[in-house]
Amino acid sequence: MLELNASTLVFFIFAVLSIGGALGVVMSRNLIHGALFLIVSLFGGAGLFVLLAAPFMAAVQVLVYIGAIAILIIFAVMLTRSMTNMREVFNRQWWVSAIAAVILLAVLIVGVALPVWGPNGTQGDMVLSETTATIQDLGVALVDGNQFVLPFELASLLLTAAMVGAIVIARDNE
Amino acid sequence: MPEVCDNIISTLAPCLVQSGTNPDVAQFISILLGVALIASFPLLLVIFLIWVERKIAARVQDRLGPNRVGPFGLFQNIADALKLIIKEDITPAGADRLIFNVAPVIAMLSVILIWAVVPFTPYNIGADLDIGVLYFVAISSIGTLAIMMAGWSSNNKYALLGAFRVVAQLVSYEVPMVLALLVPVMLASSMSMQDMAFAQLGMWFIVLTPVSAFIFYVSNLAETGRAPFDLIEAESELVAGYNIEYSGMKFGLFMANEFMHAFTANLLFAVIFLGAWAGPGATSVPILGFAYLMIKTAIVYVPSLILRATVPRVRIDQMMAFNWKFLVPLAIVNVIVIAFVLKLVQVLGIAPSPENASDFVANIPQMVALLLGNAVILAAAFGLIRGTVRKERLTEAARLAKRVQIEGEKEALPATVATH
Repeated sequence: MLELNASTLVFFIFAVLSIGGALGVVMSRNLIHGALFLIVSLFGGAGLFVLLAAPFMAAVQVLVYIGAIAILIIFAVMLTRSMTNMREVFNRQWWVSAIAAVILLAVLIVGVALPVWGPNGTQGDMVLSETTATIQDLGVALVDGNQFVLPFELASLLLTAAMVGAIVIARDNE
Repeated sequence: MPEVCDNIISTLAPCLVQSGTNPDVAQFISILLGVALIASFPLLLVIFLIWVERKIAARVQDRLGPNRVGPFGLFQNIADALKLIIKEDITPAGADRLIFNVAPVIAMLSVILIWAVVPFTPYNIGADLDIGVLYFVAISSIGTLAIMMAGWSSNNKYALLGAFRVVAQLVSYEVPMVLALLVPVMLASSMSMQDMAFAQLGMWFIVLTPVSAFIFYVSNLAETGRAPFDLIEAESELVAGYNIEYSGMKFGLFMANEFMHAFTANLLFAVIFLGAWAGPGATSVPILGFAYLMIKTAIVYVPSLILRATVPRVRIDQMMAFNWKFLVPLAIVNVIVIAFVLKLVQVLGIAPSPENASDFVANIPQMVALLLGNAVILAAAFGLIRGTVRKERLTEAARLAKRVQIEGEKEALPATVATH
């Protein structure tokens, strides 16, 4: 089932980056190191998107998650001097996140296992979608009335509202 | 496009296989060679670029510039690089050793990776990605990360302050840059750099959308930290900025990276707005296309050097105001107007058909329509600026007049007040 070729090798490299980075996020005692590990993990995810022939998703992953969100997190951590010197690994809410993590892992395992080993599963044969969508397909899908134009516009509206809200909160009272 | 010489990989690998190498190994070797070739070209070019920059800055300031080592001082930078390499490699005591040492490498990476999508000739491109433009934007955002890492890991407050300023600047100017890039993408109806070059065979995009070319050029100046936006190393305020603790070749990497980034940004300007390799005979003799691309890049690169040597630095609040209150609104309006005009041109049927897209004459009606759109945007923008500046001037004048009234010093009235 699993043959060793170049793409398998690359898959393992990115998988290790992704999981290793994620472990680093939760285990490093330094918050900045944690944020940098997050970037490593996200980069591994971007690599996996490339392997799945979804270069657009990979570029967006790098642009939005690494270029914007991770930078924002680092920025926030650096601006709060007391947080850069934090040494505790756990805080008081550790059990909440533990429950959330376990539930998420269970859902993921079920989601992966059911289609393959479930009652109607493919029993080991990996079934990949035959269609490969291009950026054109993605672009059309986002503005096509029969497809995703409503969720797309709603998301845009939500983001605009969030941006306006942020500006209103941040501006001085005049 | 002939399949055989699509890129270096598909040229070399079959030859290696013919001479008895394992196909996988041949593929690997040719990919490795291609990567090494494309990555080392900018690295070698930067030695020459620093010489060009120093010579031009010297001429602007009525000096001679480097003129001792080699003909016209051409080898000065090789001597400088040698000096940087043999210097002691210092890591400050309080620094975060790993991050401190990785930061210059990531900074370098963020520029060299861009060269992978630059179409040098109609047949030679590192990787003709479907998402070329998006790839460029994504890779540039990694440069911000390198500066952040360098500033924080140095354990120096000036470095950290410098990094904050730089990141604020880079993140802000990314917004108008991406919005300006949307217009060429709409015109070429593709994000691939090579498609963009082919789409410009009939008419360069700088003629079709001078406003987005202007926005892209200005935000590129800011992204590369060039004057008047060189707050990245405001040496009079921040000692040296984020790279203050770096010395020897690690500093050299940051410096070379800055020069390389400036050239790469102008190279992309030439690719996206000046038709890349397009020129007489470029499709039949590909090497000519490479020469054209370099000449076009030089045409936009040299003015940016002269600009750097002549204008003073802007204040950080002025820089932010210019970005958020002028460039970003202009870029948004530009995208909307151009999209509208493009659709209008298509509906009216005066857009060039795919068959004659590379014909100059067929492009003229569309060009006229788009230029009209641009003229409207510019007129509106300058009208708004004029109104705002006038209002500011009047409030200032009123304030002064009030103060003068209170203090009763009529002779202290400035000339600006007297005119209103």
